[in-house]
Amino acid sequence: MTGAAMTGAAMTEAAMTTMSAPAPTGRFGEFGGRYVPESLIPACAALETAFREAWADPAFHEQLSRLRSQYAGRPTALTPAHNLSAQLGVTLLLKREDLAHTGSHKINNVLGQALLARRMGKSRLIAETGAGQHGVATATAAALFGLRATVYMGERDIARQRHNVFRMELLGAEVIPVTSGSRTLKDATNEAMRAWVAAVDEAHFCLGSVGGPHPYPWLVRELQRVIGEEARAQAPAVPDVVVACVGGGSNAAGTFAGFVDTPARLIGVEAAGGAAMTDGMPGVVHGYRSMVLQDAHGQVLEAESIAAGLDYPGVGPEHAHLGATGRAEYRTVTDDEVLDAVRRLARAEGIICALESAHAVAWVLRAAGTPDLPTGSAVLLTLSGRGDKDMATLAGEVR
Amino acid sequence: MKRLNPYLTAGITPDWIDYLLAFQAAGADAVEIGLPFSDPMLDGATIQRASDQALRRGVTVTSILDDLTAAREHIRVPLIAMTYANLVFHGDARPGGGPEAFCRRLAAAGISGLIVPDVPVDEAGHLQASATAAGIDLVLLAAPVTPPDRLAEIGRRSKNFVYAVSIMDTTGERDALATTAAPLAERIKAVTDLPVLIGFGISTPEQAATAARSGDGVVVGAALMRRVLDGASPDDLRVEVAAFRAALDQVDQEMPDARAHTEVSGDRR
Repeated sequence: MTGAAMTGAAMTEAAMTTMSAPAPTGRFGEFGGRYVPESLIPACAALETAFREAWADPAFHEQLSRLRSQYAGRPTALTPAHNLSAQLGVTLLLKREDLAHTGSHKINNVLGQALLARRMGKSRLIAETGAGQHGVATATAAALFGLRATVYMGERDIARQRHNVFRMELLGAEVIPVTSGSRTLKDATNEAMRAWVAAVDEAHFCLGSVGGPHPYPWLVRELQRVIGEEARAQAPAVPDVVVACVGGGSNAAGTFAGFVDTPARLIGVEAAGGAAMTDGMPGVVHGYRSMVLQDAHGQVLEAESIAAGLDYPGVGPEHAHLGATGRAEYRTVTDDEVLDAVRRLARAEGIICALESAHAVAWVLRAAGTPDLPTGSAVLLTLSGRGDKDMATLAGEVR
Repeated sequence: MKRLNPYLTAGITPDWIDYLLAFQAAGADAVEIGLPFSDPMLDGATIQRASDQALRRGVTVTSILDDLTAAREHIRVPLIAMTYANLVFHGDARPGGGPEAFCRRLAAAGISGLIVPDVPVDEAGHLQASATAAGIDLVLLAAPVTPPDRLAEIGRRSKNFVYAVSIMDTTGERDALATTAAPLAERIKAVTDLPVLIGFGISTPEQAATAARSGDGVVVGAALMRRVLDGASPDDLRVEVAAFRAALDQVDQEMPDARAHTEVSGDRR
């Protein structure tokens, strides 16, 4: 066991108070909440009620479990990365969300939310997407459940993730380009929330990460908890370190939820150009209070990352809480390190991961053999998605 | 008297104070000063463009308040700031930041009211205390979907007036006044003696008159900001706002009881 951040009584207390249900106001410590226009309050409250009821309903869990195994391809494998482990002097296990249907962990969340939408009698899903992985997952669930899907995507992301735009359209979703602001995930989220205001009767806002107004951060983490619970059961022992990339932070939240009550260190890896946990300060954006990249006057900054899915100035409020309490630690890696990580993982293990997921890999590559990740450590890394969508970016950046 | 609160995105042009003075000259009862934010969740395309234009000019809350302070001797009309939570709570982790300081700064620049659409009544406690301490009226918003118990709480806790969001949509011009406007105004009036101002989508003097027949006045934003974005002068806007003023005054003449009613409510300054 190396460098557990907390030990003994302190750890136990933190474990009991973290990653369970939030306070009734949707607070994780001082973060979270429901900062939305009055027009959206009843919809948030109705979703919270529907989720509480569904989550207590064995029939709902049975439906979700069947979808996960028969449709989404769960459980996903836990793959020992033998070659990379030998090169780095650590034991690296990869939780293979890239093998889930649609190519990322996003399907876990969306299947649950589509079931909820159906329980609430909604006919349409509205979603925001950055890299397009959540958009594809939403379009997929909509097709399966016979719902309409409208996906908001920044113009800049459409250009760099064209492959996923084609997939969404093939699945029958309407993809609406967002031309405001930075034309990335931040602005797509604004536009999706505006569209939700105008369609709140018929549409469910299928939010893709652990941000947004209460109950989304809790709901999405619970739907992603399957990653951590599977990995915990699959791992031969509790690892020393659990690591995942963090943009909004849903794959990390789901992974951490399975290990928060163990001594394992929890490490979230952010894009250096979009590191809300590292460079942000408390703020309110997209309906929740968390760490937010912003200027000295309170204007939200545009993130800048090669990974569209991490190109986001906020982060889920529970991460802000885990960071504030010290239960999780957050690191950053650069675009160059990420490109190198994609290549090294591909050549060492025959796995082409998404640029987003490669952030976690890049941190392991950098930290292995240093005090941050000493030689001999057992590391469990969630590989959140596969890299097919990134070929155009990689072809331009990587020989 | 029916109230007219025109909205102005602060800093939209270098001479933005002249638009404020034009609104005042045209008979505004108060002017809503939009403090531009990078991510205006409840604003449609026009106010988004107006905010972007102001931010690209480099304006900040500080520069806006400085402009207002400098123009203070010319400003007689009450000013109500309208902005988003992140600017209001900014710096609340540090001494000298947060809503207390924000409200004090507004008051020092002559602003007497505050509207924050992404701080609903459940999240308003801290802000409300800060506003009250600084002598700022925190105006709460009600929407067509607001259930009765919440509506009663909003009526109880709002100050100066209740802002009736006429439509389930973002701000912006529309061909007709939303059918949800009048029923919402009536529901609010049933739970509070505060004036009810109807906003969102009030696009023409005729629509303003229609809205004012069920409420106590209107907020007009996008219809005015579109003109400013298109290059209209402060004098053009004075004429535009005067047309809204005339339409509301016409409604007053149709409804002889209205004046007495508003005076009983007693919030005009």
